Amino acid sequence: MTITVPKPLAEEMYRRMQLIRRFEEWVVKLVESNEIAGVTHESVGQEAVAVGVCLALRDDDVITSTHRGHGHIIAKGGNVAHMLAELLGREGGYNKGRGGSMHIADMALGIFGANGIVTAGCPMACGTAYAFKRRGQDRVAASFFGDGGVNHGLFHEALNLAAIWALPVVFVCENNGYAITTPIASVTKVELYTRAAAYGMPGEAVDGMDVQAVYEATRRAVERARAGAGPSLIECRTYRFVGHYTAERFMKLDYRSDEEIVAWRKRDAIPAWSKRLGEAGLWRADDQRRCDAAVERELDQAVAIARQSPWPSADTALDHVYARTYPGLPAQGFE
Amino acid sequence: MSRKTYRQAVSEALRHEMRRDLRVVIMGEDVSGGLGAPGEQDAWGGPQGVTKGLMPEFGRGRVLDTPISESAFIGAAAGAAATGLRPVAELMFVDFMGVCFDQIFNQAAKFRYMFGGRAVTPLVIRTQYGAGLRAASQHSQSLYPIFTHIPGLKVVLPSSAYEAKGLLIQAIRDDDPVVFFEHKALYDDEEEVPDEAYTIPFGEANLTREGSDATIVAFGRMVKFANQVADSLEQDGIGCTVIDPRTTSPLDSDAILDSVAETGRLVVVDEASPRCNMATDIAALVAEHAFGALKAPVRMITPPHTPVPFAPELEDAYIPSPARIEEAVRGVLAAKR
Ligand SMILES: Cc1ncc(C[n+]2csc(CCOP(=O)(O)OP(=O)(O)O)c2C)c(N)n1
Ligand SMILES: [Mg+2]
Repeated sequence: MTITVPKPLAEEMYRRMQLIRRFEEWVVKLVESNEIAGVTHESVGQEAVAVGVCLALRDDDVITSTHRGHGHIIAKGGNVAHMLAELLGREGGYNKGRGGSMHIADMALGIFGANGIVTAGCPMACGTAYAFKRRGQDRVAASFFGDGGVNHGLFHEALNLAAIWALPVVFVCENNGYAITTPIASVTKVELYTRAAAYGMPGEAVDGMDVQAVYEATRRAVERARAGAGPSLIECRTYRFVGHYTAERFMKLDYRSDEEIVAWRKRDAIPAWSKRLGEAGLWRADDQRRCDAAVERELDQAVAIARQSPWPSADTALDHVYARTYPGLPAQGFE
Repeated sequence: MSRKTYRQAVSEALRHEMRRDLRVVIMGEDVSGGLGAPGEQDAWGGPQGVTKGLMPEFGRGRVLDTPISESAFIGAAAGAAATGLRPVAELMFVDFMGVCFDQIFNQAAKFRYMFGGRAVTPLVIRTQYGAGLRAASQHSQSLYPIFTHIPGLKVVLPSSAYEAKGLLIQAIRDDDPVVFFEHKALYDDEEEVPDEAYTIPFGEANLTREGSDATIVAFGRMVKFANQVADSLEQDGIGCTVIDPRTTSPLDSDAILDSVAETGRLVVVDEASPRCNMATDIAALVAEHAFGALKAPVRMITPPHTPVPFAPELEDAYIPSPARIEEAVRGVLAAKR
């Protein structure tokens, strides 16, 4: 399997995947030390999808994300210190501590939010793409959602809308096989990518453990979208190595077998990509270690910055509800 | 009688009714879990473990794991209800009403009326609500006033384990669509709960404390806080009546008006956003029918008019606290007319 992308991009693919992996591992630690409250969904195992898609986008393209959004955000260039500060509920977080894991957004980087509602990002991506088109910009919106999303009305309505309006949207289904504990085959009768045909757009399935395959498929869809030819659906076949959410590791659930998990772990996209970099002669023995060390440093610093960020002050509790305040709004009930 | 958690109480109510009535079926996302996995065990049993064990006992024909298609399965539950079954559908978090509301408020709620009284829709929608678990803006809301607003729906807010079991059995036996709100911060609360089936009628408030100085009306988890406040004020010789209306629709307005007629002072505690919520509804009720009895302006203790914040500091300040309730009761007692 050859490497077709240029070396700097190939290295960046590795770096971002590793950054996501280690970020998620930090999140688990911080949840277990009770520094992160609430519910967090890690994307360990799915890094190649986030990175393959986002590196095929331009900085001014926009993504919509999901409840399992950390990877998408990092892949799109999100600042890990601001992300961690958000997870810790601090004023220095991306959302000033208002949002937490499921709502991290960076509108300036084209990250139109993680999302707590399954497939809610699909229509949002249509609107974003319409705005680009309307303003004569050749920008693209990519919308991430899980296999669980393909049976939601929002998904179907959004695909149809994008198709009839020929919107520059790339719909990215991260098929990790399960929606919480529900296997996809038990709730869907067809291959997921074939849903595209019903709406008159191209659909394809790619190996979501191969970052370059995801990148190439996305690049084709993005080119098509930029050229005004409309939306596409890409199904990325992947796996989450960990539970649906952090707490699942203590719940001893048996909805998937150990053999299945082991088999997928053997296909881990990150070491596989490193190996290919070596085999292609792009990386020498030390290069991975150098890259990994830089990732560790970046995260250590980010955690330190996040921990130092102040808690939001109660005086700001009423901020950010409306563009301006009105008598009694939003203060009603809180004078 | 034995000590049971709120979670166990809800679970027992489901089990009783499924044993008693073959028409009772359950549907929702991951209510059993692991659909298609080998074996006949639950893989999950729902987000709070409430439905765990039901699939092994009653089979996949009566305990249905659904796709993430809320409009479809809640609508299907409504359809099945109107044609002979008694489904209990689970909307994992009430915040997801946004993706299925038509089937609830334009369809299920209105069948009886629109069809000239010739339809019966014994549907129960169980759902989690409420703040306090750092679940942020889309998984923490208290949206019961929106459902209360809809003619045809009944809305239930069990405030404890005992209440949860009796009210859920009533809901399943009821012939109208019922939205059953389980507070996510109450699942581990325990109290004595009968082992056998019992019902608690809708529209009959529960007076959890009795006193003649002030009336506190509270809903769901706020009943617990109101009781704490009443107990602490009792130490200072202040007697509060705490009213848990149990259902916001129907609403036991007599219990509230009778109590206010006696105490002349009212504090309403509502976890829902402050505009057009239960607190404003009850304040209006009392202003209209018991104005003469009031010795002080009504106080409404609610969150501010903001989404639910994630940061622990902000969320703690957001949720009506016992301290704010106590301050309000002292305030109405101090007020002079
Ligand atoms: C509309 C809606 N319904 C239900 C949920 C609860 N929920 C959160 S994640 C999830 C499973 C999603 O599965 P999938 O789309 O495959 O994404 P994955 O978790 O596998 O990344 C469910 C049911 C939700 N957040 N939104
Ligand atoms: Mg999935």
